[in-house]
Amino acid sequence: MNTNPAPNAAIGHNHVPKMTARNVNVFYGQKQAIKDVSIDVSPEHVTAFIGPSGCGKSTFLRCLNRMNDTVDGARVEGRIELDGQDIYAPVMDVVQLRARVGMVFQKPNPFPKSIYENVAYGPRIHGLARAKADMDNIVESALRRAGLWDEVKDRLGESGTAMSGGQQQRLCIARAIAVDPEVILMDEPCSALDPIATARIEELIDELRGRYAIVIVTHNMQQAARVSQRTAFFHLGTLVEYDETPAIFTNPQQTRTKDYITGRYG
Amino acid sequence: MATIAASAAAPLERQPTDWASPEMQGRIAARYRAERNFRRLGAGALMVAAGFLAFLLFTIVRDGWTGFLRTEARVEVMFDAATLGVDSAALRGPGAQAVLARADYVALMDKAALQLGPASDMLSDAAWLALRDRLVADPTLIGRTETLWVPVRSSIDLLAKGKYDLDAPADSRGVTDREVSDWRWLDSQGRLRTVFNQAFIGNADSTEPELAGIGGAALGSLFTLFVTIAIAFPLGVFSAAWLEEFAPRGRLADIIELSINNLAAVPSIIFGLLGLAFFLNYAGLPRSSPLVGGITLALMIMPVIVIAARVAIQAVPPSIRDAALGIGASPIQVVFQHVVPLALPGIMTGTIIGISRALGETAPLLLIGMRAFVTDTPQGLTAPATVLPMQVFLWSDDVQRGFVEKTSAAIMVLLFILILMNSVAIYLRNRFERRW
Repeated sequence: MNTNPAPNAAIGHNHVPKMTARNVNVFYGQKQAIKDVSIDVSPEHVTAFIGPSGCGKSTFLRCLNRMNDTVDGARVEGRIELDGQDIYAPVMDVVQLRARVGMVFQKPNPFPKSIYENVAYGPRIHGLARAKADMDNIVESALRRAGLWDEVKDRLGESGTAMSGGQQQRLCIARAIAVDPEVILMDEPCSALDPIATARIEELIDELRGRYAIVIVTHNMQQAARVSQRTAFFHLGTLVEYDETPAIFTNPQQTRTKDYITGRYG
Repeated sequence: MATIAASAAAPLERQPTDWASPEMQGRIAARYRAERNFRRLGAGALMVAAGFLAFLLFTIVRDGWTGFLRTEARVEVMFDAATLGVDSAALRGPGAQAVLARADYVALMDKAALQLGPASDMLSDAAWLALRDRLVADPTLIGRTETLWVPVRSSIDLLAKGKYDLDAPADSRGVTDREVSDWRWLDSQGRLRTVFNQAFIGNADSTEPELAGIGGAALGSLFTLFVTIAIAFPLGVFSAAWLEEFAPRGRLADIIELSINNLAAVPSIIFGLLGLAFFLNYAGLPRSSPLVGGITLALMIMPVIVIAARVAIQAVPPSIRDAALGIGASPIQVVFQHVVPLALPGIMTGTIIGISRALGETAPLLLIGMRAFVTDTPQGLTAPATVLPMQVFLWSDDVQRGFVEKTSAAIMVLLFILILMNSVAIYLRNRFERRW
């Protein structure tokens, strides 16, 4: 059992949380990957999940839009709410949930289609655009918000897979933005990128903050310190500590957190 | 304890490696020798295989290329209304075509053949068809004389092509002295010519080699493959997509997978027996028809398509599925808007290879009656038909000398189509194959 006292799920009381998780356990077959995690996600902050490899931070992230449903033998217990609505309830439509809680993956994964089609695909399947002009608008504003418009406006017909890695990842962010989500989950979005592309993505995250609730998983502690306002430290499937980012990095309450951020293990 | 102490006291002195020593040089030489030998062995194996293939192709082409040619004799035909048995007045009426179609061309041909003197009976039994075609095309020829080229008997045809060894004794060369002398006479009169054999491409089977063609069998193959593709492709792709993307993992999925793999290895004649027992005897579908042949072949190649499609679907990276799911695509949308389109080149390649197999298949079709002797090009999916490899089989079985070249020529056509299809498969694979 966890010998440390359970961390606070909530920090402060000035916001209604966008998403809340209570006593979440995740099992892959017999193996328990997440143990009793409770956490609130703020609507206007960037929340970072940090921790050593295999600590369950990505697994937990994938619970927030039910991407774990596609994994054979995965089982989620506990309660996760989006705006007070249980996302694992039978009435919850998982397709709509994933439109409201978008996701950006570790490796840039644009569809092998044109840049335009990459962005337009989500709005199209959800019926968000009535006419071609509507769609053009949606595509342009999503690409603008992802900071990609000026680079690609003259070659929207070119393949999304022909761009550089950093551009591909921003295209994936534009694709997620295009369906007008409320929450964007980012699973180590910069781990496959070079430092310049990483800096560009971090700027972008900062620009998107406030408009969308953002949860980012990262193994890079400097990145968590740079982009997030809240940080949750996971270790061995448990949430060890959750606090304002400066507090985690300057004044951790738990010895495990302190050991991790000072490089004792990880 | 003692041994450890001893070894610690006197560590084995290791000599520096002498890379230039004779033993080392020997080892290096042996390694190069082994590599040289392996290369020679590989090249030799390839030469033997290429040699067999070249020999096969050479003999087929040598025997078969003359099958695309035929010998014709020149006759002057007087389109005489009386001999034809038509009333000149009726030809001006509205029923002129019907009158022409019923005219007695055989009598006209017999009369015209007399000018060939001793060789008058050496024209093909169906030579009169040339007269009919000419007259129907131009009815004003009635009462006029026209020079026509008509097909000759197979024996004269083969003599003209030099297929007989005329130095051999008369009883073993396969052709009578009379036929030889008739041919010599016709040739000396300048009445023979050799031209491209349109009948071979357009006609169906016949008892006379000079009239037999692959047209009927080719059309039968086309109809059969149409049915095969229409059934096997959607069935195979849907099965593969379900097995890969939706089937619950477990014992049942394992059993299905094992069954499909085994099904792909079942001898084709078993599928023929199934077709005979179920489609003909139980369901009562028409015997010898492309419909039944197509369904039977579809059953046979469906496992091949399923296996190819599963491999192609597996090769689509999970990140694409994640991407689509992540923006809220439903599982059906993920599969049919992303996974299957991306897997399609692989699926197409597997399908074409399956179709090639179906095109070359004979055994199952024997059992459902497609070895019937069909002298007409098939009119539809339920009409009796035969297929190209079956035509090869039927002709190779025929005792008449004239069918030897027809058999090889038909094999050439079949091989050409197969090579064409496989080339398309390779082209598709190279053109659309994606590396992730």
